[in-house]
Amino acid sequence: MSNISELTKGLWKENPVLRLLLGMCPALAVTTAVEYAVGMGLSATFVLLSSNVVVASLRNIIPAKTRLPCFIVIIATFVTIVDLVLNGFAHDIHKSLGIFIPLIVVNCVILGRAEAFASKRPVFDSFLDGLGMGLGFTLALVALASVREILGNGTWLGMSLTGGEFTPVLLFVLPPGAFISLGFLLAGMNVIEKRRQANG
Amino acid sequence: MAEQGIIGILLIAVLTQNVIFARFLGICPYLGVSKQLSTAFGMSAAVLFVMTLASALTYPIHVLILEPAGMDYLQTISFILVIAGLVQLVEIVMKKTARTLYGALGIFLPLITTNCAILGVAIINLNEKLDYLQAMVFTMGSAAGFGLALIIFSGIREALSVRSVPEAMRGAPIGLITAGILAMAFMGFAGLG
Repeated sequence: MSNISELTKGLWKENPVLRLLLGMCPALAVTTAVEYAVGMGLSATFVLLSSNVVVASLRNIIPAKTRLPCFIVIIATFVTIVDLVLNGFAHDIHKSLGIFIPLIVVNCVILGRAEAFASKRPVFDSFLDGLGMGLGFTLALVALASVREILGNGTWLGMSLTGGEFTPVLLFVLPPGAFISLGFLLAGMNVIEKRRQANG
Repeated sequence: MAEQGIIGILLIAVLTQNVIFARFLGICPYLGVSKQLSTAFGMSAAVLFVMTLASALTYPIHVLILEPAGMDYLQTISFILVIAGLVQLVEIVMKKTARTLYGALGIFLPLITTNCAILGVAIINLNEKLDYLQAMVFTMGSAAGFGLALIIFSGIREALSVRSVPEAMRGAPIGLITAGILAMAFMGFAGLG
């Protein structure tokens, strides 16, 4: 597998949210607005990237039997860094992401990549894998948030798109809208993927 | 939430602010182990057990150790370690002393470490400034709410599995849309809070 495919597989083929169904909790919770989705996506990307690099560099030192606690400590360290940095420099985003910042620790995408990829591969490949998976996660979040913000609020990244022509469907920014939008997004992905496979 | 009284907190935890439908915690096990009613019961029981123990332990750790020492920033890292250790311990003790219980819950226990509802509820307890009794009521209520959602959903899913769902919608998509409709139903409880 070449280096480029390590980077790009996270974007579509193995997209963590849309294809592997990992990290669903933050994907549903913070996608009421595109701004929050970007904040969450980039925070998770930073943690994923850093933990992948550290796990890959320590992969020959960490004993196999205690590897999971070690991974969790490494991940939790970076999550604490993100928590403090966001609180200091982007307080509004920190406030609206709330509990989901500390919960990046238990995001299955991150522990999953540490276990399945970074603990077995060289540092540079793990770096690319972390970056690709993180961007794929961000992309999925932004896609879902765009649907919800446009339909539920009539805006995208805070810019009004409809000019008051149409009444936003409030349901889409409420919890049920998150489930329903993601359900249709996944179904759409299935259709596209099936067509792609049928065409070779 | 702290001023709601015990009954109020219980209602909030189970119905109006249901962990799954309003707080989006624990979605992975919700989608993962809801294919059969029996596994849904097992998972709910395991979550109730671990969540109660985890909150009972993490609350005093924060209030008695981290806060007086001014080390609040270690909350995330210490809580997740306590929870991971706790799950391992419960697994070992259960294996030795309660084989039947282990047979029923055993396979769910390792999954629970990464169930964000456990860590999430432990943190909400402190963010909402609940006292110890309120925190325990809230925790058990949340676990019960998780169980309620999981059991309702798995019942629907069992019925769905014999229907002809459009191919692209099978599995997770139809599951999520069902969850959306259930979440709408749960929004009807909002007047209680």
